[in-house]
Amino acid sequence: MATNSVNNTPVIEKAEETVTRRLFLAAAGAAGLCYAGALAYPIYRYLASPMEMAQSASAITEVMLKDAQKLEKGSVLMFKFGSSPALLIHHEDGVWVSFSAVCTHLGCTVQFEPAANRIHCACHGGVYDSNTGANVSGPPPKPLTRYKVAVTDAGVEVSRA
Amino acid sequence: MPAWKSREHERGQEGPKGDCRMTTKTQTNALFEWVDERLGLREIIAFASKKTVPVHAQSFWYYWGGISLFLFLVQCFTGVLLLVYYRPGADAYESVRQINFQMHFGWLIRSAHSWSANLFIFAIFVHMFSVFFMKAYRKPREFGWLSGMLLFVLATVFGFSGYLLPMDELSYFATKVGLQIPTAIPYVGTAIADMLRGGPDVSEFTVQRFFALHVVVLPALFLPLLGFHLWLVQRHGNALPPSEEAKPAFMRKSVPFFPNFLVKDLALWLVSLNILAVLAHTYPWPLGSPADSIKPAPVGIHPEWYFMSPFELLKLLGSWMPGEFGEIAGLLIFTAGLLIWVLIPFYDTSRENEQRARSAHYFGLLAVFVLVATTAIGYWAIR
Repeated sequence: MATNSVNNTPVIEKAEETVTRRLFLAAAGAAGLCYAGALAYPIYRYLASPMEMAQSASAITEVMLKDAQKLEKGSVLMFKFGSSPALLIHHEDGVWVSFSAVCTHLGCTVQFEPAANRIHCACHGGVYDSNTGANVSGPPPKPLTRYKVAVTDAGVEVSRA
Repeated sequence: MPAWKSREHERGQEGPKGDCRMTTKTQTNALFEWVDERLGLREIIAFASKKTVPVHAQSFWYYWGGISLFLFLVQCFTGVLLLVYYRPGADAYESVRQINFQMHFGWLIRSAHSWSANLFIFAIFVHMFSVFFMKAYRKPREFGWLSGMLLFVLATVFGFSGYLLPMDELSYFATKVGLQIPTAIPYVGTAIADMLRGGPDVSEFTVQRFFALHVVVLPALFLPLLGFHLWLVQRHGNALPPSEEAKPAFMRKSVPFFPNFLVKDLALWLVSLNILAVLAHTYPWPLGSPADSIKPAPVGIHPEWYFMSPFELLKLLGSWMPGEFGEIAGLLIFTAGLLIWVLIPFYDTSRENEQRARSAHYFGLLAVFVLVATTAIGYWAIR
């Protein structure tokens, strides 16, 4: 810092000070950001825990439904495939099919209606073919996700197609 | 340059082009004007810029109210986070076990909540005693003292009710013993205890009602009272200790509240947060085995440190005066002491009455001695 020769008061060299100030503010800002990050990260992970649990639950590829082979013809069994609901239908003609029960429109749980032989969503009136899962009327944009079905003496094994 | 000062300056600099070109600065100022017209920001700023805080040898103690406030905010914040997964009632222990062992960083958030609760009570103690010995309860600050005492009592009830919520062995027995104390009150004691417990024993009903108390009733009482307490601090400013008051006005020093004092205040908040983080991380708050009413109490069970003194006092009096009489005497002595403590502003009213000022000071020293001594004896007895 230079000194004014007339009255001996310090003269601030502006250019030099601006750089120092800018550096200081940048460093303080960076440190502050790191600190905020260190606080926010555990909180984010804590709040996100159920999402991670659901993810690991939905990562499963098959479900064994014990004794489901005894399901009567023309009836349905609702079960959980990972974290989301699913249907296992035993048709009158003896055919077994399984679909995700999550409506592709807005995520309501659909139901099998044996009398009309269709899968219906009560929320907005979406209808799916109960043999193929194809969206046949109403707002659903896509067919229901179909699963592979294997019937054994012990039960029914449902797996991702 | 701050927005409220720079209106003239801005106009001068803008020149002919400035009227049609909105710079960030003019936009900020326009926004400030818009808000100021509606909320009167200039008045608040004028008030804040005039506010000063005395500077003297005991200034350090002024920060403890702020530290208490900060730790209370931490309590609110971590409490809400725990609320995300906590389930009161029969499922209480299982939900805390989940928070501790299943949810990422759940142990840290629970530990931070428990540690900050203890630091909060500690900060309140320091704040209370510093106010007492600086005689900051004298006119016109009597309501500050009284509201502070109520806040202190509510804080201990916060602690007591929160302690049960995990429903582990220790919390179960601590609550059992704690709720046994009111039964010493003649005639109505048992009814009071039963009402607090929600039955003859500590059970899931107790957890449920303590939960309602902890997260709804107490905050609903605490927050407005805290608002009143803080408003009084704004209204009367910081009290001068007697040694400063004795000095002539021109010899007293002070600093502006904004930004000088506030910056130091915030720096201490940061220090508190760091201490809390180190404690919560290094000494995670434990979770015992689930409460079981047919299991005997664990050896060495004791109340939290801030309840140790009254607990030990009752125990000591009980050994000198066995039976119900001792319990009642203990409660009476404790209540009388607390009452004198609360009413001290109406005894020690001014610095003119030196005799009373001295007596109050000695009473404060006695209170500190009894607190420290009984707490030490309590810990020595369970070692």
